[in-house]
Amino acid sequence: MICLTNVCKSFNEDGEFVVQDLCLEIHKGETLVLLGSSGCGKTTTLKMINGLVQPSSGLIEVDGRDIKTVDPVALRRSMGYVFQGIGLFPHLTVEDNVSIVLRLQGRSASVQKDKAFEWLEIVGLDAKQYAKRYPNELSGGQKQRVGVARALAADPDYLLMDEPFGALDAITRDDLQQELMKIRLHMAKTIVFVTHDLFEALTLADRIAVMNHGRIDQIGAPNELMQSPATEFVRDLFEKPKRQLQLVQGNE
Amino acid sequence: MMDESLFRFIVERLPDLGQKTGEHILLSCGAVFGAVFIGVPAGVLAVRNRTVRKVFFTMAGIIQTIPSLAMLAFLLPFLGIGVAPALVALILYALLPIARNTYTGMNEIDDAILEAADGLGFSRSQRLWLIELPTALPTIIAGVRTAAVICVGIATLSAFIGAGGLGDFINRGLSMNNTRLILLGAVPAGILAILLDKAIGVVEQTVSWKKENEI
Repeated sequence: MICLTNVCKSFNEDGEFVVQDLCLEIHKGETLVLLGSSGCGKTTTLKMINGLVQPSSGLIEVDGRDIKTVDPVALRRSMGYVFQGIGLFPHLTVEDNVSIVLRLQGRSASVQKDKAFEWLEIVGLDAKQYAKRYPNELSGGQKQRVGVARALAADPDYLLMDEPFGALDAITRDDLQQELMKIRLHMAKTIVFVTHDLFEALTLADRIAVMNHGRIDQIGAPNELMQSPATEFVRDLFEKPKRQLQLVQGNE
Repeated sequence: MMDESLFRFIVERLPDLGQKTGEHILLSCGAVFGAVFIGVPAGVLAVRNRTVRKVFFTMAGIIQTIPSLAMLAFLLPFLGIGVAPALVALILYALLPIARNTYTGMNEIDDAILEAADGLGFSRSQRLWLIELPTALPTIIAGVRTAAVICVGIATLSAFIGAGGLGDFINRGLSMNNTRLILLGAVPAGILAILLDKAIGVVEQTVSWKKENEI
């Protein structure tokens, strides 16, 4: 379980807060989506969970331990990290990219290879065909598949995803969302997923946390949010697509 | 007639030529290795620290502008004559291209790659050795290539301070007004520079991940 209590983050001295008094519990095995527009603090929140960003104040606990007391390297190894920039290592083959964390852990070469092949297949890439290729020989969608495989190869309990499919075209994005759903079904991962795309949130989330100006407006299951929005912002967020849908239906 | 005597001229000096070429290669390559050991760490430090970057590159830049003969003369009172001052001078000249390319190569790495490494739980040294240096390697080797060519050239001058090498022929040729002797030093030195350039170019290609077949 990941637990954030009164977490604040400010990047400057003037007390302008990117994240303000944030309280959030992420339960084991659930997929929690942080939904909000650009600059609402959702990415910052995610990066505070794996220590890429330090909170200005507040407490973040992972499995009951304050992350300030945990070695950041060990903390990040226990969490897969996938983000929009992907960041595949250009000098390593696809196989070596996927198995890199296992290599850091000092696992044997045969384990590295087996796991890499296994995960490439899981994310929908033919391992035999792609294992020896280099990242610059892949399309954007293939790269992010490798990115997901790399994040999961060492079997972390948590998976942090920061708009991982944001730069992909709609069809590829849909494919990868389906792939992620499959992974969720087969293994009990706790996933924190950041997105600004309402439909992506609805597709993937067990619970959605709607963020607005550094605060969480509402947390709940998708239909809960849709049926009883707690704030104006949440209502607007869900109303817009409904109106668009009505517009399309009206035209028919 | 002329050709035959030229042939004899070269054959007679072949053992000497071999020895001088060997000295030349040792001197140049020794200097390049020395410069790699200083220049690469300096380049890495320059990425991490602004003060190091300013101080180091200013100094290396100044050194680069000192004419090589003046540099050798300048080192004489401190290091005397022979291989030592020549080696120091060559290392000083080789330093800038290597350190600068290390800095550039490391600095050009896409932020996303570094974020991925941090996010996946690389320690600082793992990130440096497994990601940053290998990614920057093609650029670093390009710097080594430049440095090697510079060194082979300047090494011909170090014969003036008794460090040996192909410059000995040029020296002797100049004092005896013997053009053949001058060319016996100059031509192999030129060929050496070209060969070294090509050889390191091949290495550069081999380690390069920037392959042509990009999508």
